[in-house]
Amino acid sequence: MSDEELIAETSEGLQELHDLDETSPEELEIEQGSALRLPEGLVFDPEDIDVEFGADETMIINMGPQHPSTHGVLRIMLELEGETVLRSKPIMGYLHTGMEKTGEQLTYVQGATNVTRMDYLSPLHNELVYSLAVEALLGIDLPPRATWIRMLMTELNRISSHVMWMATNGMDLASTSMMIYGFRDREMVLSFFEKTTGLRMNHDYIRPGGVAADLPDGWEDDVMAIVETIPGRVDEYDEMLTGQPIFKQRTEGVGIITPELAVAMSATGPILRATGVAWDLRRDMPYLAYDEVDFDVIVGTVGDTYDRYAVRLNEIRESCKIVRQCIEKMPLGDYRAQDKKVTPPPRARIDESMEALIHHFKIFTRGFEVPAGEVYVAIESPRGELGCYLVADDSNKPYRMHIRGPSFVNLQTLPPLLRGGLIADAIAVISSVDPVMGEVDR
Amino acid sequence: MGRTPDRDPPGDAALMAGVVTTAAELVGDRAICDPGVLGQEVLHVAREQYLEVVEVLRESGFEMCADLCAVDYLDHLERHLPRGVSPERFEIVVNLLSLQRHQRVRLRVQVPGSDPVVPTLFHLYPGSENMEREAFDLYGVRFEGHPDHTRILMPDDWEGYPLRKDYSVGRVPVQFKEAPGPR
Amino acid sequence: MGLQDLNHNFLTGSLEELVKWARRSSVWPATFGLACCAIEMMAAGAADFDLARFGMEVFRSSPRQADLMVVAGRVSQKMAPVLRQVYDQMVEPKWVISMGVCASTGGMFNNYAIVQGVDQIVPVDVYAPGCPPNPQTLIHAILTLHEKIRLGELTKRRPGETGAGIDLAAEAAPHGWVAPPTGIRLGTPR
Repeated sequence: MSDEELIAETSEGLQELHDLDETSPEELEIEQGSALRLPEGLVFDPEDIDVEFGADETMIINMGPQHPSTHGVLRIMLELEGETVLRSKPIMGYLHTGMEKTGEQLTYVQGATNVTRMDYLSPLHNELVYSLAVEALLGIDLPPRATWIRMLMTELNRISSHVMWMATNGMDLASTSMMIYGFRDREMVLSFFEKTTGLRMNHDYIRPGGVAADLPDGWEDDVMAIVETIPGRVDEYDEMLTGQPIFKQRTEGVGIITPELAVAMSATGPILRATGVAWDLRRDMPYLAYDEVDFDVIVGTVGDTYDRYAVRLNEIRESCKIVRQCIEKMPLGDYRAQDKKVTPPPRARIDESMEALIHHFKIFTRGFEVPAGEVYVAIESPRGELGCYLVADDSNKPYRMHIRGPSFVNLQTLPPLLRGGLIADAIAVISSVDPVMGEVDR
Repeated sequence: MGRTPDRDPPGDAALMAGVVTTAAELVGDRAICDPGVLGQEVLHVAREQYLEVVEVLRESGFEMCADLCAVDYLDHLERHLPRGVSPERFEIVVNLLSLQRHQRVRLRVQVPGSDPVVPTLFHLYPGSENMEREAFDLYGVRFEGHPDHTRILMPDDWEGYPLRKDYSVGRVPVQFKEAPGPR
Repeated sequence: MGLQDLNHNFLTGSLEELVKWARRSSVWPATFGLACCAIEMMAAGAADFDLARFGMEVFRSSPRQADLMVVAGRVSQKMAPVLRQVYDQMVEPKWVISMGVCASTGGMFNNYAIVQGVDQIVPVDVYAPGCPPNPQTLIHAILTLHEKIRLGELTKRRPGETGAGIDLAAEAAPHGWVAPPTGIRLGTPR
């Protein structure tokens, strides 16, 4: 098939490809001339291989799904002219696990185990949004300590997720030492998680009704050690990366997105904040106890890859600030709601009281029923707005559980970001968008 | 005491200025309002007026389409709905977000199972592209006017719509393969 | 080259040992991280649980240059042909470690979307359970693989194409396969 036939088959007809700065925002907003509207299977037509490559012909190649730099199994079809990317199309679904269907088969108590594996770099956020949705439908209130513990754990998770992002971003831009340093810091946070929740990843710690277990003795010292070492190390990485001219040249001016386009594409999180829109759900629509802690919302100016990197770097510092305040202000009390229908009794009571044993048994086998209703709850995960739309029907299992994954929506910004850049820039841009394929594909 | 999201009314600045408009007021009688849990605004819109209502909301400050998903009510047809809304098999649920007013609104559109077609929001919100493709892929609800109406999560040649209630989970019985003992 | 023509005599015995030592001391993994297990695999390669001490820190992106495919994560129906294609591109000798329960048996996702065990597609040498397995578990799996290489046949081909449904107890052990000595627990990490 010749190139004209390929282009003519798309629904928008022949497209004139302008330079990135020539295209008006309206044209970008309404008709993304940067998105390659081709069916996925077309590229593998073996007849295409015999097409003679002329000087003015474009080539459509495939990047992924198995690729070291696509942050998981993301496949991108790129239309290249030489080394310049013209149009692109991200293709997902290589990690589709049917988690929303599984969510309908598991009880509310078990649901957190399923949800936590969606965004596997920040599992506590997934559990949090699910638990908030279930508690909203149940109409129960949590004790303050449960809320503050949740806040502490999710902010630590944000630190570990952003540090992990810096590690993989550094590796994508050929700084292997950043990868090793990043994982070293992540291990500090993970060992605290292992002490508290029992697992390094995919914790199933935040459940409807509170958290699964109280913080261990001496947690203040462990967490203080984390928040005292990490900012110092982040300063080192700042010097190492920001102070390096090659890193700056590879990221400054690369993959610029305007605020209007970001909002139109429903991008949230660091992508939106890097363009200059100061939107952070923790401050603008507070949940948990974020209105009682003091932190800044980091905003960029240009909206390029460098700004996204800077936003995430500084968000680590802000999260350390929040964690410090959590240590100071952590209230005493129960770590889960004392509603007998929702929370299992303490394990020691099972030996003594028959009723406690029956309750424990019922909650862990059958689960609790949630009155019919529907709710949408959203929190700020390290990647953007993570939402949970839950429909309940008076039974012990959700009728419909839909998770709005921020990476799923943020990936729509890839075609405009990649257009006009080189393939090496494509790597930097994809890395800065920070997709986690678990929540893209669910 | 922690707050759950959306419990309080929109931002203080808007409140002070006295210009808090609910989405129901903006839309008028084109939709039926039904307050949800946590004081969330839920508008039930008929399929014919769906696009119009979304346009009105977009003009009045709901810049972002936060979420669009489909629900299959095959097993729960007798759910609670306000008077004037007749239940159908599918529902399209759209969550819109206003960054200026810190406000959310949720729209629910009833879509019959015999004719699961809905107009697309792509021309108003390009960010709904992936979400609509997912709703098509997993539920079979078609979106008229969508630029790339193909499957997104399942393989291209997959038959059936997995998240529908009459599509089985696909559990296979666990196979225990004989393995040699420890010695 | 006729290594398979040489019988096991005292001349070639030490050559075989040399070759097996070389093979197990620098097993280069191919990057096949899919989901959460991939993060633990990267953590195993990073500073705290160093894989470089086994000669394995170079994760080759190209399967042509890799010896080992660590299938880390859940394999969906859409990814299965890709997995097979990458496996086919690897050059013999090659090994497969199935990391995590999702890769070994489908894990907690017993549904339409996940292949119930990657051994339906490729033959697996070592299974590492866990959700996700600790980096220590992964290293134990790698060491088990090293033992398997040390004790195995030099030019043995795996019986059949895949491992699914093979009744190992009913099939005779391949010619020359030596039972491992006591003290090595194959396939049962702690």
